[in-house]
Amino acid sequence: MSTWDWDVFWGSIPDLLAGLVVALQATVLGYLIALVLGLVFALLRRSKSLWISVPAAVVIEFIRSTPLLVQLFFLFYVLPTVGISFSTLFTAAIGLGVHYATYVSEVYRSGIDGVPAGQWEAARALNLPARRTWTSVILPQALPRAMPALANYVIAMFKDTPVLVAITVVEMLTVALSIGSETFLYAEPITMAGILYLVTALVMSWFARIFERRFGQVRAA
Amino acid sequence: MSPGLWQYMIEGLVVTLQLTIFGALLGLVFAFAAGLARLSKHKILRAMGFLYTEIFRGMSALIVLFWLIFVIPRFGYQLAPLFAGVLALALNIGAYGAEVVRGAVRAIPQSQLEAATALNFTPWQRTRKVVLPQAIVAMIPAFSNNLIELLKASALVSIVYLSDLTFGAQLVRASTQNTAGVFGGLLVAYGVIALIFTVLMRFLERRAAASLGRTVPPGMIARIFRKEASA
Repeated sequence: MSTWDWDVFWGSIPDLLAGLVVALQATVLGYLIALVLGLVFALLRRSKSLWISVPAAVVIEFIRSTPLLVQLFFLFYVLPTVGISFSTLFTAAIGLGVHYATYVSEVYRSGIDGVPAGQWEAARALNLPARRTWTSVILPQALPRAMPALANYVIAMFKDTPVLVAITVVEMLTVALSIGSETFLYAEPITMAGILYLVTALVMSWFARIFERRFGQVRAA
Repeated sequence: MSPGLWQYMIEGLVVTLQLTIFGALLGLVFAFAAGLARLSKHKILRAMGFLYTEIFRGMSALIVLFWLIFVIPRFGYQLAPLFAGVLALALNIGAYGAEVVRGAVRAIPQSQLEAATALNFTPWQRTRKVVLPQAIVAMIPAFSNNLIELLKASALVSIVYLSDLTFGAQLVRASTQNTAGVFGGLLVAYGVIALIFTVLMRFLERRAAASLGRTVPPGMIARIFRKEASA
């Protein structure tokens, strides 16, 4: 057993933190995409027309049940061949966003289903148009119900960012491997990267709990 | 595509299925061990269960995999690549499964435990004859989700050059240059495997529920057919 090099272990922190910032950027960008696209998915899946709801359900289940890694490869290698080119970070955000939109849509769906039936009936009795029913009655009650689970998916998405090493995004794992290839010591930077991932995820879940307490309740109008 | 290239895919498929099935079995062991430990009366067992679930749910499976492959050898052990893959996936999915086990056991009504005590069951008899038969049925739907997560996570091993289905597809892509076709086909292949696992788990769920005299409401596919039949 070779000796553990503490200099490499501690010295890897600044570079890894730069990678952490990139991982967080991908998470935030991807999450914004997931929030918007997820709501679209949820509404399509609830459509009364089978011609809309069934294809939406098939697409959602397909995206959910195939690996994020392969979806990222698909975007990373196929988009340029059809003339679309984004930065790798943005490609990563699209991949994460579309993948997690399928999870997020289920969260919205259960939030919407949690709105009491009486609220729908009341909106109908007041003769509100469909758009008003959604924006003024249903969503303001459904979204707070969905908050806690929505916050959990930010953390889940952050935990998936090491996968981005496969499409050359310079996040923490990529940085750890490049430190390894320079120093021939892989164990130290990878262990430090693991610790930083864990600490960040724990801090995020701590914030999520505060956020949930602050915004998680349905407020009386 | 030449027969040689199909060979890569078939061999890759076998590795992916091995990873998923062995990972699920080992993950089940971790899930039960940690889930039951967290419900134990002993403080140390509870703490160990808690640490395990928090660490491995907070850590991506890929980091655990890299750790097993690059860090463990420094301490003088070299894991076989396939075993490292199975272990990384099992540690990850086991932490999620532990919460499923814990939730299902805690959902058993208190009155049933009291009834078992009143009948003078030993704690082990109570667990084996009253708690587990009902808890396991309650766990199956969540476990089928975990199984699909495991299947998806198995693709990560291709990053450390384990020759699974995704790795095979990368070789085929490199030699045919048909990027959209190969990765599109690969996505469909994972979708089909996931569908097969889902159908099998759904069957298991029905059988298990029937053994307790319950029925499972029809799923999405059954509902679609029913709607069209009634329309």
